Amino acid sequence: MTALRDAFVSALVALGLFGPLVGLVAASGEHGLSLHVRPVATAVVVGLVFLGRLLIVSWRGRNRRPIAKTNRARTERLSRTGQYIAPVLLIAAVALPFTGSRYYIDLGTLVLTYIMLGWGLNIVVGLAGLLDLGYVAFYAVGAYSYALLATTFGLGFWTCLPLAGILAALWGVMLGFPVLRLRGDYLAIVTLAFGEIIRIVLINWVSLTNGPNGIGGIPRPTLFGLAFSMDGGPGTFGGFFHIEPAVIQRIDFLYYVILGLALLTNWVSLRLRRLPLGRAWEALREDEVACRSLGINVRNTKLTAFGIGALFGGFAGAFFATRQAFISPESFTFIESATVLAIVVLGGLGSQLGVALAAIVMVGGLEALRDGLSFLGDQMNSPIFAGIASELPLYRMLIFGLALVVMMVLRPRGLVSGRTPGVALTKPKAIGPDLVAEGRG
Amino acid sequence: MAYALQQLINGVTLGMIYGLIAVGYTMVYGIVGMINFAHGDVFMVGSFLSLIALLALSALGITSVPLALALTLVFAAAIAALYGWTVERVAYRPLRGSFRLAPLISAIGMSIVLQNFVQVSQGARVKPIEAIIPGGIHLMDQGGFAVQLSWMQMAIMAITLFILAIFTWLVTKTPLGRTMRACEQDLKMASLLGIDTDRTIGLTFVIGAALAAVAGFMFLLYYGVIDFYIGFIAGIKAFTAAVLGGIGSLPGAVLGGLLIGLIEVFWSAYFSVEYKDVAAFSILIVVLVFMPTGILGRAEVEKV
Repeated sequence: MTALRDAFVSALVALGLFGPLVGLVAASGEHGLSLHVRPVATAVVVGLVFLGRLLIVSWRGRNRRPIAKTNRARTERLSRTGQYIAPVLLIAAVALPFTGSRYYIDLGTLVLTYIMLGWGLNIVVGLAGLLDLGYVAFYAVGAYSYALLATTFGLGFWTCLPLAGILAALWGVMLGFPVLRLRGDYLAIVTLAFGEIIRIVLINWVSLTNGPNGIGGIPRPTLFGLAFSMDGGPGTFGGFFHIEPAVIQRIDFLYYVILGLALLTNWVSLRLRRLPLGRAWEALREDEVACRSLGINVRNTKLTAFGIGALFGGFAGAFFATRQAFISPESFTFIESATVLAIVVLGGLGSQLGVALAAIVMVGGLEALRDGLSFLGDQMNSPIFAGIASELPLYRMLIFGLALVVMMVLRPRGLVSGRTPGVALTKPKAIGPDLVAEGRG
Repeated sequence: MAYALQQLINGVTLGMIYGLIAVGYTMVYGIVGMINFAHGDVFMVGSFLSLIALLALSALGITSVPLALALTLVFAAAIAALYGWTVERVAYRPLRGSFRLAPLISAIGMSIVLQNFVQVSQGARVKPIEAIIPGGIHLMDQGGFAVQLSWMQMAIMAITLFILAIFTWLVTKTPLGRTMRACEQDLKMASLLGIDTDRTIGLTFVIGAALAAVAGFMFLLYYGVIDFYIGFIAGIKAFTAAVLGGIGSLPGAVLGGLLIGLIEVFWSAYFSVEYKDVAAFSILIVVLVFMPTGILGRAEVEKV
């Protein structure tokens, strides 16, 4: 009975929320805007809310249970299973191109780009505890560095890759300097503002960046000087190995390049965690005041975190540019920063495996959603769905946003929340997330 | 001189819109300690609600402009308040007491949801309306440049001041305001002393959303064109304003809003329109370097 009453109240609220915006549409007509009424759509949405609330309440009871404390045994079990998941994932990643399916290789490349970005941002947010909402700026700097160096000076990908990384790192340090004294959400808004500044400059500095039209014709990477062109001449991959040139070779090659770059990121951040620098990062995240009093140079520690995080963002950006062969400021919006941050947080802040899993779930999920929705739209031939079938792909981001909220509410500490401390007096044991601070900025 | 005066008028008008949104950010931040990323989108929703209400009222045949505007304002504020409450209830309340980044991601998710919800339900095209209050008064003429204060700008200033007066009274004089200030000072202590903190936080979101809707209403009247994306840029700038003024400080939010509005307008007038956002953000960075807690913010005392 309570459930019914609760669902009824929810439906009333939904009517208030959706009545004006779903039920009434300001449609542009010949004489300016006019109002259309859509009673059926409103009824459907309100009905869905009613049913959904009824189900949730009767399933779980009216008061939600408190957020579960992590179970230590479960954390340890998870970290033990993690030891087996990681190699399996790696083998799957190496073997993926042998499926020969271009769709999966492209998807894998996309996922790996986000995994690499996630691991890069993880250094800043997960290890050093500095909240960075403008990570996409470094991605953009890397991409534009490579694109401009390649199209202006004719430099190759492998020459530009380190340059792009170094330039991005330089920007990271430059951003780091003024914000050293800021904490928490002040830092968040400044990094967000920095990301926007970079994007606005890219749009408006037309003489350098070609503005909103972007840069095209970015050269592809070569394998030790062997290009992946279709003519099969002596200087190309096909000509050198005497095989028929095919597009899939280049796709496979790009896939292995990003796999290598991502693994490099992972390896470097794992090694860094064992260095004094990495330990200083984690100490900084736990307690900045204690760090200062123990003589850790907080300034250098923060700057290196920003710089190294940005370095990998720059690498990923250069790869993005060479893979797309075309870049424009549209690819570097806040939503990218938000997606990467969501991957890091959902991955459980600091867990390498968690970040990889979160990237697979989120990016893969988004793509699956795109295919699923367009498939569903094709199936709906019946005239009842006439209006909705063509609009279905628009629901993708709506569902993505809802999924973010739901995942956070269900697992606020991320998918893989336990982790092993970098330093331990005796045998290192995985610890629960409630023992790890998230840093104050 | 005349040109500068005109820019001052335009800047103050824009600044008041930013200030109203910034109050919502700063209030929520002061009490819950989180950036309510969806707030800019609640502003956008308020703008759309105003548009729909105006269209509905004209379809119903209400021709009196002041009556239509008043009804629209009340309607938009009420429904937007419901949006604010629902967002808090669905996305933030379950995460209370959880770790710091979880509500942030949830808020970003909510912002994506609201943006795409309006895009799906109302369409992606921009919605232009005709000017509802045309005309104005000439303040002065100098060298062929006429300084004009339009009725619209006066209405915006008057409404903002009126709303801010009500809001100040609400926060300083009523029992609700007292519980809100108590929660802002110490959430845990307030709940120990018998304050229903969940209810207070919910009401904070309701008030913030209503103020954002008023700002959205005025944005619609002032610019005459809206789309589903206006919430993002306006939201960042209002948050910048809140940080600039010192986050957690209510007069600071209005002051920051005015400053951001003035910077933006003067920069567009004297330098370049394209880089006006860069100017606003750069000044934010510069101010924070020298005053890390904003202009009116209190320095946080750190206890070890």
